[in-house]
Amino acid sequence: MLKPWQAALYQALLVMTSLVMLYPVAVMVLSAFKTTGEIYASPFALPESFALRNLATIWHETRFLAYLGNSLLVTATSIALMLAAGTLAAYALARYAFRGNEAIYLFFLAGLMVPLKLAVIPLFIELRALGLIDNRLGLVLVYAAIGLPSTVFIMTGFLRTIPAELEEAARIDGAGEGRILFRIMLPLSRPALVIAGIHNAVPIWNDFFFPLVLIQSDHAKTLPQGLTVFMGEYSTDWGVLFAGLTLSALPLTLIYVALSRQFIAGLTSGAVKG
Amino acid sequence: MGAFMPNMSPRLRRPLWIALLLTPALLLMIGFVTLPILSALVYAFYKWQGLARIGFAGFENFRLILFQPPFSTWTYNAFFHNLIVFVSLMVVQNGTAFFLAWMLSKGLRLHRFHQVSLFLPVILSTVIIGFLWKLFLNPLFGLVNQTLVAIGLASWAQPWLGQPSTALASLIVVNAWHWVGFPTLVYLAAMQRIPREILESAEIDGAGEWTRIRRIVWPLVAPATTIVVILTFIGSFNWFELPYIMSGLEGPPFHSTDVLGLYFYRTAFGTVSAALQDFGRGSALAVLIFLFILCISAWWVRILRRREIDL
Repeated sequence: MLKPWQAALYQALLVMTSLVMLYPVAVMVLSAFKTTGEIYASPFALPESFALRNLATIWHETRFLAYLGNSLLVTATSIALMLAAGTLAAYALARYAFRGNEAIYLFFLAGLMVPLKLAVIPLFIELRALGLIDNRLGLVLVYAAIGLPSTVFIMTGFLRTIPAELEEAARIDGAGEGRILFRIMLPLSRPALVIAGIHNAVPIWNDFFFPLVLIQSDHAKTLPQGLTVFMGEYSTDWGVLFAGLTLSALPLTLIYVALSRQFIAGLTSGAVKG
Repeated sequence: MGAFMPNMSPRLRRPLWIALLLTPALLLMIGFVTLPILSALVYAFYKWQGLARIGFAGFENFRLILFQPPFSTWTYNAFFHNLIVFVSLMVVQNGTAFFLAWMLSKGLRLHRFHQVSLFLPVILSTVIIGFLWKLFLNPLFGLVNQTLVAIGLASWAQPWLGQPSTALASLIVVNAWHWVGFPTLVYLAAMQRIPREILESAEIDGAGEWTRIRRIVWPLVAPATTIVVILTFIGSFNWFELPYIMSGLEGPPFHSTDVLGLYFYRTAFGTVSAALQDFGRGSALAVLIFLFILCISAWWVRILRRREIDL
């Protein structure tokens, strides 16, 4: 048991840490409602009014919505592709004994350690040859591939824990391989699919490096990349800058606050023993 | 399945079914991970002009990067900064994380709230974090200097990102702020797996808080340390987005924030000022960084695993 003074000390330190984490975020949000003059003159005060002027500037005068749409499209498509391909492969590896099983599993796992950023030159040349430079589909394929090792790892681990009796019972009832996979295994795998999905969706949603290299036209840019565009355009208008940052942070923050348990489990999965 | 191939014998049907399951994932992996990595290895041995290979270069690209100034000077300068980043993050970010995890593991009131707030920056894009802190570190109107002035420490206010003496350190602190929640929760999960009885019996034997941390907790969370060290190492030597957003592609001021990621990007894709790009030297650099990360991590995993057992 902690002595009361120890508990008080720890609590004080933790409260201080939470303040250090949250205060900058709070300043960002509050500054989004201030004029640039207010931010300069009274950085610690509440905004004089909660006018939506800066947010409106972002909304109407930048391509924020287009960037947001691109991020949604790219993230959703790559996660869908990654989960589909990854789960099928994991199912084969987890539930069937065949020659080469171990080797293929290790091949996927090796991908966990590979920083693919360093292969960006060949990726650039390859995607150019395929006509996929400056194309959102190019991003989708790269992201789906990067996400595969962790997906195969998480899904194989999970599928191995499903008792064989379920499968055998279904087989006795005359269910084919496809039916067993889609009617029994996949519905049971939902929690693991969520973990694998979040584990990859957050870094994909936040990624800046691959769009920087692979996307050039403004209409195809994702949100982090688009952010650099209007941060440059409005560099002297701090109210608008903070509004842009706030709006960009908003979607994921809201989902995170609602689903913090799944987010933390998803993002640390692999680093934490289940 | 049966519906697609009604007449096929079960002996053939099963391998086909397995192949069907594996093919999409294998194609994606080979096409967009394996092939690019192997190609990088090949490309490093060629002379390039823009996007075209114009001849075999042997080890020339490697020689330029490692032994020929000014290229080699930039390489070692950047490498040295990556090393500083790694060591500092180990102390500042992961050291803090360990003690935060210990305090969180006590299950005090609000511990769930503290966890969620610690992890909040982790889910946000480096682009957002980078711009936010760039504004905060602005010499005149930034929150950091304004705070120092407000609490009577006006003399401490400085152009944090504008002078070589503080620029890299500022980036490291911002990185620690961004990611500290991650190692904290990795350590927390490891600490929560320590059986309560061990800690309680140690307490009955009169072991103080500090002794228990040193003698029981630290050895028992060794597997978490392995993961934190390796992930920090890989992250530090891949560092790109934060310095790119907060300082710039040239690693200003005076290359004091230049790291291998920026140097690689400049070499491969050129800069606005000097639009020269060299895929050959870029690939050679990528191959060297890649091999360095791979060898050191593999070696450390072995050492750290042995340490887990010894402890």
